[in-house]
Amino acid sequence: MLKILKYSFYDLMRSRWSYVYFAFYLLLGIVLLFLNNDLSKAVITLMNVIIVLVPLIGTIFGVMYYYNSKEFTELLLAQPLKRSSIFLGQYFGVAISLSMSLILGLGIPFIFYGLFESSAIWDFSLLLITGTFLTFIFTALAFNIALSNENKIKGFGYAILLWLFLAIIYDGIFLMTLILFEDYPLDKLSLIGTMLNPIDLSRTLILLKLDISALLGYTGAVFKQFFGTNFGFVVSIGMLAIWVIMPVLRIVFKSKRKDF
Amino acid sequence: MKIKIVSFLIVLLVGGLHAQTIEVCKDCPISKLNDAIKVAKSFDTIVVKKGTYKEYNILVDKPLTIIGKNYPVIDGEMKGEIITIVSDSVTVDGLFIINVGTSYTEDYAAIRVKRSNDFVIQNLVLEKLFFGIYIEKGRNGKIFHNKIIGDAVEEYNSGNGIQLWYSKNIEIEHNFIEHVRDGIYLEFSDDCIIKNNVSANNVRYGLHFMFSNDDIYQDNIFENNGAGVAVMFSKKIKMYNNIFKENWGTASYGLLLKEINDAEIEGNTFKDNTIGINIEGSNRINYKNNNFISNGWAIKVRGACYTNHFTSNNFLYNSFDISYNSNINDNLFDKNYWSNYTGYDLNKNGIGDIPYRPVKLFSYIVNRTPETIILLRSLFIDIIDFSEKVSPVFTPDNLLDNNPKMKKIVW
Repeated sequence: MLKILKYSFYDLMRSRWSYVYFAFYLLLGIVLLFLNNDLSKAVITLMNVIIVLVPLIGTIFGVMYYYNSKEFTELLLAQPLKRSSIFLGQYFGVAISLSMSLILGLGIPFIFYGLFESSAIWDFSLLLITGTFLTFIFTALAFNIALSNENKIKGFGYAILLWLFLAIIYDGIFLMTLILFEDYPLDKLSLIGTMLNPIDLSRTLILLKLDISALLGYTGAVFKQFFGTNFGFVVSIGMLAIWVIMPVLRIVFKSKRKDF
Repeated sequence: MKIKIVSFLIVLLVGGLHAQTIEVCKDCPISKLNDAIKVAKSFDTIVVKKGTYKEYNILVDKPLTIIGKNYPVIDGEMKGEIITIVSDSVTVDGLFIINVGTSYTEDYAAIRVKRSNDFVIQNLVLEKLFFGIYIEKGRNGKIFHNKIIGDAVEEYNSGNGIQLWYSKNIEIEHNFIEHVRDGIYLEFSDDCIIKNNVSANNVRYGLHFMFSNDDIYQDNIFENNGAGVAVMFSKKIKMYNNIFKENWGTASYGLLLKEINDAEIEGNTFKDNTIGINIEGSNRINYKNNNFISNGWAIKVRGACYTNHFTSNNFLYNSFDISYNSNINDNLFDKNYWSNYTGYDLNKNGIGDIPYRPVKLFSYIVNRTPETIILLRSLFIDIIDFSEKVSPVFTPDNLLDNNPKMKKIVW
């Protein structure tokens, strides 16, 4: 598995898209810092970008990579190799190279700006951690979709739909539910609703760390009570980890049974 | 009338000529402030030398000047009220008063002025207090340069720093008030001037008006209080150049206006408050040249607010600029600068060519269902906000700034 991982990783590292992705984050970081001159403000703006863009890139890149390297995968399958190690190797290769682009692309300008002397370092590292989690989650989901669909167009369609659902439609449904049941106590429901969607969960985690929780009023107090404690933090990181593990297990399961 | 004034002046002059200075110290013939007041005649000066005096219930019943040299300590030993002034023209200067008694039936104060006029209370330091300076039906008084530091934790068992009750023409300047219930509290008090004070870390309000009219407060700083300033049931209050900052908490605000009419709010800065101004049932108020910076809500309009004018204010980086809970609007927004404005200015006259809508759909939704605020900064919210901006359905149709400024307003 490690060998395949290494191969996928180096393959991607040489590819143009990784550089574009890396350069994009580098540019974003530099521009934000130059325009803002304020680290914590820049972190908020970055959050807006990360929770939308990272899942999108993760999904599309994952699907694209799977379909592109299909012939090579089939070649590998002819070799005496474990199927799970082939697919997991590819998956981790993609996910790690994407995360690296993200971390280095954003990290370098911030370090040059003086991140280590700033109090925003924890907010920033939380941002990178959730960004990395989101990359792993959405790449895994993308591999699942690609494994289940032979048809490229269908695969891409589903992948985009998945992103659209989790990034936008889910929030719409969530909002409607909250408004519909406004006569009932909603703090538990809103807590669960947030936990179930990795994008919402990341957003809430970062927002609460940025101390705008007082803005959230009573709901914010409930959230702060939950996410503010170590227990809440562990649970949310655990939830993100589950979002990684479940699709990865399905990759293993699906790849074992798939006819090529 | 003329004779009256002349004879009054003569009495004053004669009194002044005969005015004596009485010294109070540990080794002097008079070692207690209480005794000094008993032997003193009207218009005498009592000088209290450095030392600790364990006294309470000191009754000042004639026009005296009480001056502390090098901050003598008057220790009430938590037994009750410390100084009570019931005479006109009393000056108290330079004392260090501590340990005022706490009571649930009586409002013990470090200094209480009762039905007296023309008093001056200055350069005092008050610590471990229940109520600090309590003016009851006083007129024409001055309260300058005092430092009041309490240790209030809960609202129900703490008192206010400076309290005015049925008083008129009082000047409160350059005081520093910390850790009490309300920093300064005015009830039924008219024509007062509150200037250059700092009121911070108080349990309830930095400054609180109730049924008080025609007062002015300016150049004060209100920081990190339960809520900065509460103005309730009052008319014609002028609020100039104050700073309201870091009043941050789930139910905090910089300025609360409730049932306020005909006020002027000019040149104030609201920074880092959960809610900058919370307005309820307030009419005919002019908001001009104020800065709203990094607040959760810059202005939250709760209802029944008519004919208010918001002109030439800066709204900078607030999560919500204006929140409104109805779709009827009778208030005017004009020539403000909004950092969220995305329009353009083709003719380069400094005024944006398309109007700005300060109320977002999301703030309307949050007003209806507060729990929805957890969707703050979600992409979906940005999309519905955008569509509402293009064609308003829920937010007031005519709530527009027709002349939004392109650059931050400097005055």
